[in-house]
Amino acid sequence: MKKYLNNIWLGIYTVLIGMKITFVHLFAKNVTVQYPNKHPLDKAGGDKMPMNARNRIFNDMELCNGCNGCARACPVNCITVETLKVVPGDAPPLKNGEKRGLWVTNYTIDFAKCCFCGLCIDPCPTEAIKMTTEFEYSQYDRGNLLYKFSKMTDEQIKQKKELLANFTAEKAKKEAEAKKAAEQAKAAEAPKPETGDGK
Amino acid sequence: MEHQILTFYDWVAKLSSSELVALILIVTLPLVFLIVYALVAILGELKISAFIQERLGPMRTGPWGIIQPVAEVVKLLQKEDITPDAANKPLFNMAPFLMFTAAYAGFAVIPFSSHFVPAGINLGLFYIFAMGSLAVIGLVMGGWASNNKYSLLGALRSVAQIVSYEIPAAIVILSIVVLASSMNLQVINANQGGWFWNWYVFGGPGSIWKLLVIPFTFGMFLLYLIASLAETNRTPFDIPEGESEIVAGYHTEYSGMKFAMFFFAEYANMFVVAALLSILFFGGWNSPFGDFMNGPIWGVFWFISKSFFFVFVQIWLRWTLPRLRVDQLMGVSWKVMTPVAFLCFFAVGLWAMLK
Amino acid sequence: MSETKRIEFEYSQIDSERMRLNVGPQHPSTHGVLRLEVELDGEIVTEVVPHIGYLHRCFEKHCEKMTYPQVIPYIDRMDYISAMNNEWPYVMGIEKLMGIEIPEKVEYIRLIFAELNRIANHQIAIATFGLDAGAFTPFLYLFRDREFILSIFEKASGGRLLYNYFWVGGLAADVHKEFKQDVLAIVKQVRETNKEIADLLLYNKIFIERVANVGILPADVAINYGCSGPVVRGSGLAFDLRKDAPYSFYDRFDFDVITGHGEVGTVGDCFDRNIVRFHEMEQSCRIIEQAIEQMPMEGDVREKLPKKIRPPKGEIYTKAENPKGELGFYIVSNGTDKPERIKSRGTSFVNLSVLPEISKGYLFADLIMILGSIDIVLGEVDR
Repeated sequence: MKKYLNNIWLGIYTVLIGMKITFVHLFAKNVTVQYPNKHPLDKAGGDKMPMNARNRIFNDMELCNGCNGCARACPVNCITVETLKVVPGDAPPLKNGEKRGLWVTNYTIDFAKCCFCGLCIDPCPTEAIKMTTEFEYSQYDRGNLLYKFSKMTDEQIKQKKELLANFTAEKAKKEAEAKKAAEQAKAAEAPKPETGDGK
Repeated sequence: MEHQILTFYDWVAKLSSSELVALILIVTLPLVFLIVYALVAILGELKISAFIQERLGPMRTGPWGIIQPVAEVVKLLQKEDITPDAANKPLFNMAPFLMFTAAYAGFAVIPFSSHFVPAGINLGLFYIFAMGSLAVIGLVMGGWASNNKYSLLGALRSVAQIVSYEIPAAIVILSIVVLASSMNLQVINANQGGWFWNWYVFGGPGSIWKLLVIPFTFGMFLLYLIASLAETNRTPFDIPEGESEIVAGYHTEYSGMKFAMFFFAEYANMFVVAALLSILFFGGWNSPFGDFMNGPIWGVFWFISKSFFFVFVQIWLRWTLPRLRVDQLMGVSWKVMTPVAFLCFFAVGLWAMLK
Repeated sequence: MSETKRIEFEYSQIDSERMRLNVGPQHPSTHGVLRLEVELDGEIVTEVVPHIGYLHRCFEKHCEKMTYPQVIPYIDRMDYISAMNNEWPYVMGIEKLMGIEIPEKVEYIRLIFAELNRIANHQIAIATFGLDAGAFTPFLYLFRDREFILSIFEKASGGRLLYNYFWVGGLAADVHKEFKQDVLAIVKQVRETNKEIADLLLYNKIFIERVANVGILPADVAINYGCSGPVVRGSGLAFDLRKDAPYSFYDRFDFDVITGHGEVGTVGDCFDRNIVRFHEMEQSCRIIEQAIEQMPMEGDVREKLPKKIRPPKGEIYTKAENPKGELGFYIVSNGTDKPERIKSRGTSFVNLSVLPEISKGYLFADLIMILGSIDIVLGEVDR
């Protein structure tokens, strides 16, 4: 009987305590913020998004030297890098003054695949690729999430390709000539050893 | 109703010299009230739950989101009305309307003011109680006809629940009838006139000796509050629709307007029990302060604010408490509430006899 | 009223048809995409068959194609509630294989973050457990506090849920300047909320009725099934890797291993498992306070990061006390930059296996509570 009454008392008492707590909270300050009105990037009400938040990736093509390190580090293979070799003297240096060795003809990040792990940031030698705080970039079409960072037009690429082809052809020619010359010189220096072919 | 000099019905009939207009008006007024109330209650539920949880709640529709319930009703109206293939279609379609009808029928005898009651029948209390039990038929109907195992579980739970909670509720109501010696809600209200210590929660009108009976009447109030929560399937007794266990219980398969009807019926039921609480225990349309702000018009204000307070208590409790298990629910009803209700009934009866 | 016992049926005597109910994969309280095939006799559960694999993503096989650092984001996604704790045994294993000595500051930051994440995990566990019982409000109070913890993580790592913060040989980034004050403020807030939660939810009579004497897991059954973490500690066994096999600096701190002792019901019931989590949050607060005191603020967290991660040939098993129990990684290295094999001992998976054993004979509503008290994350069960 004592337990029975105690149970009833506990039931009522704990419910009243719970009601007291929720009643106090009824007049407490709200912790939620209205998102588009109060943007997490401009410190309103709640927490400000820190500047190192890992959101959309940005790649500075002025700095990118096309080393492909980010694409190799990516666990989901969302970065595609295509490069062309630079003909010496043709390209302006990178923003940080380094010599540009590769034209980045295609630098695409598929943000539908990106998992925002931040692994691509570390291997970049020129600190071209960065994670920004930009997070509002939803699209109706998945294709729009393919971000092409390279600004090179098809024409430019074609031109550069031709240039490179010419250059390599020339180089190959030169090399072949040089080789020939070297061979000739060699042949002239030391007479060819007789091979056991002569009959 | 003999003691009423001029009711709202008579007044309209006199004014328009047509009984029909008065009849239509008196039937539609509660419906209009119900719809307005439901919208307010839905908003209240959204906002109170939000504030309790330190959220803002709906904010987009109108200033502070006050048009949110309208938007929700419109959304529900637009939705596709799905009837499952395997469902028993007549029953499935009938259930929500039966439930709403049962809830709305309760409004027929609710006295909003000393001069306004849609149907001032002498068996008002009996009637309202009967209508409250009718809802369970709609519930079982919906649950069974859905042909869904979760719905079936919910429906069967609800039967067990309502059947067991009717008993303490009925005994409490009987005790009030003993105190008031009437089943007419207007008479019960009129009995509690004057200052607030004449309310039945404080033992009703009487001498200083009524202090002895106050613990019992207050206990009755608590019992009826708990039983009314169970009758309206609100937390902590929301096992027929216990979200985390049986998904949505009896209305798992409902969508669109039919779901809205269940929704409306729940809120209507909430008001009916809240109204009954305020009528039986808190003087209904009587002002708490004697003649201060008393009268037919103020009566509407007092009645509605008292009822809204109990609706608020229901919402408040819902966002505070966890849910009981089905066997504990029955245990509370049969092992605790029914004996206590009998005790109260006995005490009140004794007091009424000796008074 | 708390005399609820498991209902043992003599099936031959009761002539009733049993109903097979499909709970999940889309169900409000299966905590993800778990599917339970439940056989019900009325409301009484007679059989439970968990079906898993709806979230299977070939984690272990996938790792064989990944380089070592690339695996870490995938480990985050195993038990996404406590990602920091998940990363730890993995990086610890590779560090041991490669013989890297990590700086003291790194170790302290890892430890503090792991404990903070333990608090966050237990907050979710208690919150969703309350939600299973129908209490919605404590859920949001706990989530509110968890946001503060996540903010600290975000300030350090940049991510709110999936951090990729513990790297082999160090950390991805240093903590911010006001780190210590912020963490102490969080500890204070956690304690405040916990007081409220105890009153509002845990010691509420209705809640106690729901969870006491339900889902009793005896210690021997827990051992047989290989349970760990709060599940086994709730059964009264003081098994905690932080004490039993101290890794990192756990031997430097003063804290208790909380075990269930049948406070309101039987030892090993749902209440005990839950209250163990609740008190563990307090112990984590104690550890954090001590660690904050000892932690040096100067030093570079990235100085020991190796250029190339190529562990020598060999294999290693490392384990750590995850919030949910013992999480282990068995790493086989073949000397290249990709692992030969990674096997993870998923805590939730092992703990879930005990569910059919302990849920028979209870009511259907209890099954939900038992499942909630085990605190599974389907990301880890299915991997």
